[in-house]
Amino acid sequence: MQFTRRTKKVALGSNPELYGHCLQLYGQPPLESVSLVQFETFAVERLKLLKSVENLGVSYVKMSDDYQKKLSTELCSLNFPHRTSVEDKNQTGSTEYEKRRKDHISHFILRLAYCQTEDLRRWFIQQEMDLFRYRFSILSAKYKTEFLHRNNLKYDTISIEEKKTLKDELINSSYGISGATIAEQEFYRVPFQDALDLVRLRKVFLQVGYAYIPHQDIVTIVLNDFRTRLSKALALTARSLPAVQSDERLQPLLNHLSHAYVGQDYSFQKNIGKVSLEQIDPLSTTSFPLCMRQLHKALREQHHLRHGGRMQYGLFLKGVGLTLEQALQFWRAEFVKGKVDSEKFDKAYAYSIRHMFGKEGKRTDYTPYSCMKVILSNPPSQGDYHGCPFRHSDPELLKQKLQSYKISPGGLVQILDLVKGMHYQLACQKYFELTHSVEDAGFSLNHPNQYFTESQKLLGGGKEVKKEVEPPQRGQEIAGSNAQSAPTQSPKVQALDKMGDLESFFLDE
Amino acid sequence: MPTSDYDPACLPDLLPLYYRRLFPFSQYYRWLTYGGVSKSYFQNREFSFTLKDDIYVRYQSFSTQNELEKEIQKMNPYKIDIGAVYSHRPSQHNTVKSGAFQALEKELVFDIDMTDYDDVRSCCSAADICSKCWTLMTIAIRILDRALREDFGFQHLLWVYSGRRGVHCWVCDEAARKLSVTARSAVAEYLSLVKGGEETVRKVVLSDPIHPFISQSLGVVENYFNKYAIVDQELLASKESVDRVLSLLPEDVRKELLVHYQNEKNPVNRWGILTDLVNQKREMSSKKGGYFEKEIMLQYCYPRLDVNVSKGVNHLLKSPFSIHPKTGRVSVPIDVRNVDKFNPFEVPTISLLCEELDKSRADEEEDGIKNNETQSAERRKIRDYKRTSLAKYIKLFDQFLDAMAHTRKGEILKKSDLQKEF
Ligand code: SF4
Ligand SMILES: [Zn+2]
Repeated sequence: MQFTRRTKKVALGSNPELYGHCLQLYGQPPLESVSLVQFETFAVERLKLLKSVENLGVSYVKMSDDYQKKLSTELCSLNFPHRTSVEDKNQTGSTEYEKRRKDHISHFILRLAYCQTEDLRRWFIQQEMDLFRYRFSILSAKYKTEFLHRNNLKYDTISIEEKKTLKDELINSSYGISGATIAEQEFYRVPFQDALDLVRLRKVFLQVGYAYIPHQDIVTIVLNDFRTRLSKALALTARSLPAVQSDERLQPLLNHLSHAYVGQDYSFQKNIGKVSLEQIDPLSTTSFPLCMRQLHKALREQHHLRHGGRMQYGLFLKGVGLTLEQALQFWRAEFVKGKVDSEKFDKAYAYSIRHMFGKEGKRTDYTPYSCMKVILSNPPSQGDYHGCPFRHSDPELLKQKLQSYKISPGGLVQILDLVKGMHYQLACQKYFELTHSVEDAGFSLNHPNQYFTESQKLLGGGKEVKKEVEPPQRGQEIAGSNAQSAPTQSPKVQALDKMGDLESFFLDE
Repeated sequence: MPTSDYDPACLPDLLPLYYRRLFPFSQYYRWLTYGGVSKSYFQNREFSFTLKDDIYVRYQSFSTQNELEKEIQKMNPYKIDIGAVYSHRPSQHNTVKSGAFQALEKELVFDIDMTDYDDVRSCCSAADICSKCWTLMTIAIRILDRALREDFGFQHLLWVYSGRRGVHCWVCDEAARKLSVTARSAVAEYLSLVKGGEETVRKVVLSDPIHPFISQSLGVVENYFNKYAIVDQELLASKESVDRVLSLLPEDVRKELLVHYQNEKNPVNRWGILTDLVNQKREMSSKKGGYFEKEIMLQYCYPRLDVNVSKGVNHLLKSPFSIHPKTGRVSVPIDVRNVDKFNPFEVPTISLLCEELDKSRADEEEDGIKNNETQSAERRKIRDYKRTSLAKYIKLFDQFLDAMAHTRKGEILKKSDLQKEF
């Protein structure tokens, strides 16, 4: 695997074959050269797009009407392709061809930036998949078939007799399938490993290791192919990364891009040592978001929390500013009141607390969980108190709880409506506004520690309330909601113009 | 059977005997080498030992059966756990560049623990079990075993009693061992129906259409529900338990039932009224769903999996034939064909086994048979366990291993046939 900086360029004025379909699997890296300015603009805009994909996925049910509408607007306003035909000349701005080219090139640039760590890869793949799912699903039947042909995607179908024998099972395994629709559409038979999204949701019929997928759900298999290819490609790109990193024009830019997705990093302890253990009880009722208040209460009552709870709450407390010593003292004091004696605590639990502070094991410093992580990953099960109450509590229990926290009936209705619409973070924000008696929270909630900080700002009195000039959140200037703000460009980067073939970074895939 | 006299304090005295004379090392090694798929498959496997005073040693690994045997006989672990097959030898994980040391493969495992059923058992709580609530494990095995075979196509399932209050399943097919973390979690979620933590009351929600997997599982539950839930657990007998069941129903049904229940005290009849009423409402309503009686049955009986155990490739799980230090019982394989007959209280404890061993030796000496020094240790050991109540469980394990060998042979034949064609 070598990295030749090729100087010879393949001149391609326009490439109708490459961009003949509005959607691609990104099998071929771009062959043309790109100016550094364009390189940066493309990358920044795709990143904005992926950030929107991520945000929409939290605020809306994926693939619901609202979700689709918003995503379509987003694609449109950022000039990414969202139509099926190349020939609509009468639009303003970029032509469809340019959009497809941008889609292609920008995807490959972000691969460079997002192949570097496991976390980045996972984030990138997730967003690209959601984007792909949407774009594939809105294609008409004709374009879907064409897409399969172009990309040489072939799947086994089952015979008419088999369909007949399995009729009942097939009807009961997918939504919207009836006797009539079974006859009409093809069913594909693939190893269940290739249809995990359907398996996970139990939306497909399984028999001896095979999933029977109706044509209407073919997006799952295609998406699986897309994921497999993308994650392979990212792994390969990662291996050639040293060469990219030695490129002093690209390196800062790529790092910058890859940092953009995390938002504020709460593992950095600004307030370290500013909170005393005695303050935790009162703070838990005034400034903790509901998820943490619930964990705190459970811990005080049960003198124990299971693993999921310890992680979610422990990391939050670290973000709040507890030192390692305080954390050990805090957890020990509570656990020994229960069934765990001090010795057992040191043996079984102290390690994992030191671990959270990066003092054991791989020494990675764990970051407090974001709302997204709390809401989407590791849902609570029997004996657990972690998770997000807006997402994981029975609405009835949530209602009682909020009532007991003196939320007005009007506020209650608003919150429960948001919950019903699956806008958990907005519901939490509403709760914040109601409990802090402000009209508008003035921030958009995405992290329990952010909730805490904002609450402290409001309750902390005079000094801190004033909008201090905070250092911009990492990457916020790129991917923030504020779309007009021009991306920062270091003059040095700007001065350099043409850069080498993008393709050269993807050699030997 | 004198199994109740196990005393945890004696464990250190019994373990050396158990590991020297009874532990089935050769079958164990045969299992974990999987017919020699690759030489490193056994060597890169992680074992971890729990020693006296809860000292926990991770990342043990061994080159040969002999090495494993020697080490276990030297350390006499209170508990043995099995982890993943790694990219390098686990014992050398510190010498490998960090990040390069990765868990590659492991059996797909399931862990079902009775403590997770505390909100739906009235007979016992926490670590206690009795023959009444053990039915929950029987149901769990039946449901999962069926699904793993018929839905997912796995064939080599080793069900093991955990030694105390639960069961483990090791899915050993090659395809299962190679599953990614994502695939494992997808399988585990497919198999999970009871969802939500302490803040959720209604933990099973069914909607139309009812997936074949759920219908099949309900079929299993139905076989046990009346005897187990209504009679043994007295689901609808006391006021509290009635309240708990009714909290899973919509307001109108709840109110009607309360009226009926004033005159009807018999739990079986009460359940009959409940199902009739729910069915009636469902038929009358145009809305979909409304399978409340089914939801109740599942909430009370459906297996509760610890999804996190199944997800991770590098998660450790207690090894078969390890002893449970608290109960002294051996983690023995369960015969799925006779799962209804399995009784955890009949599983031999280490003290019983040692007693049996002593007794048989005494008999031997009485008979005047002297230990033949030239006899290989291996053969002597086989003779040893055959005289104890461990024998039938080791036989089950042997059958399991034979079945896997059979499949492997079939695959090798298929491959070579294919090659001949070219
Ligand atoms: S929205 Fe975020 S901060 Fe609020 S309760 Fe849920 S997880 Fe916690
Ligand atoms: Zn019991």
